Amino acid sequence: MTTPDTIDQIFVITKHWLLGYVPAPLQPIASAILSVLPVMGVFPLLFAITTVLERKGLGRIQNRYGPNRVGPAGFWQPAADGIKSLTKEDVVPRNADQIVHFLAPIVLVIASFIVYAVLPIGRNMVITDLNSGLLYFFAVGSMVELSVFMAGWSSHSKYSLLGAMRATAQMISYEIPLVLAAVVVIMATGSLSTVTIVNAQTGYTMGFPHWFVFTPWGFAGFILFMIAATAESNRSPFDLPEGESEIIAGYYIEYSGFKFALFFLGEYLGMFATSGLAITLFLGGWAAPFSFLTWIPSYFWFFAKLLVIIGVFIWVRGTLPRLRQDQLMGFAWKFMLPMTLLNVFVAAAWHFLPTGIIRWAVCTALLVIPFIVFSMGLKQNKKLQVRTYRFAE
Amino acid sequence: MSIVFFILAALTITGTAAAMALRNAVHCILALTLGFVGLAALYLQLGAQFVGFTQIMVYIGAVAILAVFAIMMTRSAGPHPQPAFSRTWRTGTLIAVIVFAVLAYAISHTTLAPATLPQPEVTVNQIGDTLMHQYALPLEILGLLLTAALIGAVIVAMPAKQEAPQ
Amino acid sequence: MNPLTTCLLLSALLFSIGLAGALSRRNAILVLVGIELMLNAANLNFIAFWRYGPNPAALTGVMFTLFSIGIAAAEAAVGLGIILAVYRHTKSTDLDHMNSLKG
Repeated sequence: MTTPDTIDQIFVITKHWLLGYVPAPLQPIASAILSVLPVMGVFPLLFAITTVLERKGLGRIQNRYGPNRVGPAGFWQPAADGIKSLTKEDVVPRNADQIVHFLAPIVLVIASFIVYAVLPIGRNMVITDLNSGLLYFFAVGSMVELSVFMAGWSSHSKYSLLGAMRATAQMISYEIPLVLAAVVVIMATGSLSTVTIVNAQTGYTMGFPHWFVFTPWGFAGFILFMIAATAESNRSPFDLPEGESEIIAGYYIEYSGFKFALFFLGEYLGMFATSGLAITLFLGGWAAPFSFLTWIPSYFWFFAKLLVIIGVFIWVRGTLPRLRQDQLMGFAWKFMLPMTLLNVFVAAAWHFLPTGIIRWAVCTALLVIPFIVFSMGLKQNKKLQVRTYRFAE
Repeated sequence: MSIVFFILAALTITGTAAAMALRNAVHCILALTLGFVGLAALYLQLGAQFVGFTQIMVYIGAVAILAVFAIMMTRSAGPHPQPAFSRTWRTGTLIAVIVFAVLAYAISHTTLAPATLPQPEVTVNQIGDTLMHQYALPLEILGLLLTAALIGAVIVAMPAKQEAPQ
Repeated sequence: MNPLTTCLLLSALLFSIGLAGALSRRNAILVLVGIELMLNAANLNFIAFWRYGPNPAALTGVMFTLFSIGIAAAEAAVGLGIILAVYRHTKSTDLDHMNSLKG
């Protein structure tokens, strides 16, 4: 085995070396633990890094500093936040449904963690290669909605209940475009297994990769998937479930201390998981972007892509204004759903048309023209123009 | 039958029984999801991976959430002045017990010879092939039914148009 | 007791729980849930017979269960829609109050 290969497979080799010390009857369970523990360590760490990156990035966009007191350039801020949330008093409202109130954050965090079982984070680095992996991902993802409802309902507060109903309605509505946007990749690869999907994208033509994002349907699918993923993870501009001026913190308003931190963790883990799925489906998973860069380990590429997507999420959050509730629902049903359905049709057309420039032209036209039509429909004769600001003299 | 099967069976029965016995409607739905998770795990245990995940996706992701929305919109989770069970609950439970007794008697007095085959390996491709060739017509009909149900549910639940003031 | 019998007994128990709930609950939503449970018991039977049947490669049980899940989803949507419509009319989901045909 050459050196780059060894570095690429170092975690797999280490795992097998460690397994050699375990007695044979315990090996399956030891193997599972050795696969799960790194994932349970790495992604919360990424969560800690992301919180500080997000706050600093948003600060930069909004022309302020962001956290800069704890440690070098404020990078120990997550540790301080963690200690703070652990030592704070855990307040439970007297009228709250004690059991459901306690279970909600736990269900959320468990559901957010177990979706990572099917994410390939490197070559041969996936906890379990399920034959229906994508279905598993979406099925477990749908349990998050229930935990959100549990949190909102059990608090017995009008704000939290309204926030929970908003969040659940939004997540149900955007789950349909999310799944339909992923369907095009299933059509292209003919498999629901995430490992097979990544392997289908690892080839190179003239040094350029075979990622699905470089096809008309893949590009449209990626954009639609990312929009739906933003809405699924309740991030700006779709962060309607929480709004300081209307329903305050939404469904987790009555949570404090460590449970509040768990909600935060669950939300970010969900975002990483959907971003990871977007990378797996459209951006070639752990595959390097150019053939001359394949010597860099596969897991490096996965996390590099993940950080880029997180950066885009932060950028979007700092840039775009929020939607209104009716605009949010209208966008889901009048734009996202038709576009994703159309994208499924385009993917089928791509499969049956002969290779060449005509295929590109037809598929692009099939996507761009309806996009313009639907955008006009959403605009509804409203005259959009550059807003003129009037400052106080 | 492994010990895992009995644990899952106990989980399913506990969840569903609680769903039918608890007072608060939201607690019932939450217990029901527990039962559905147990049932999905039983499907996985029996080697039907695709069905198990579909069960979670449809029943927890759609039916339970829909029921929760209905409970919220009909305000049936508030404090209950009247009992949770109807006046005829004794008769209903008796009928259910009789049905179970008859079914259990019939099952335990039938000699079933289960084929002791190894766990069948069903891939998604096989299910897709069967669905698209042998069961293409039922699939289309199911699609039609779901569309009709979607439109029908919206029309039925839509508030009646307010009469314009004279 | 062989595995198939255990599955069938579990399914019969599930069916009876659903039946008891459907017959004795007041809330219309929970009656609907009881009916869903009865459907689920049937699904478990299909999967058990497919798994321990002589010809699992035919996938008949799996197919039937998938279709049944789809139909259950349609049933839940329409049923809950009807409950909402009735609630708007009578301001109640209590089935004991819905004993007159006159609205």
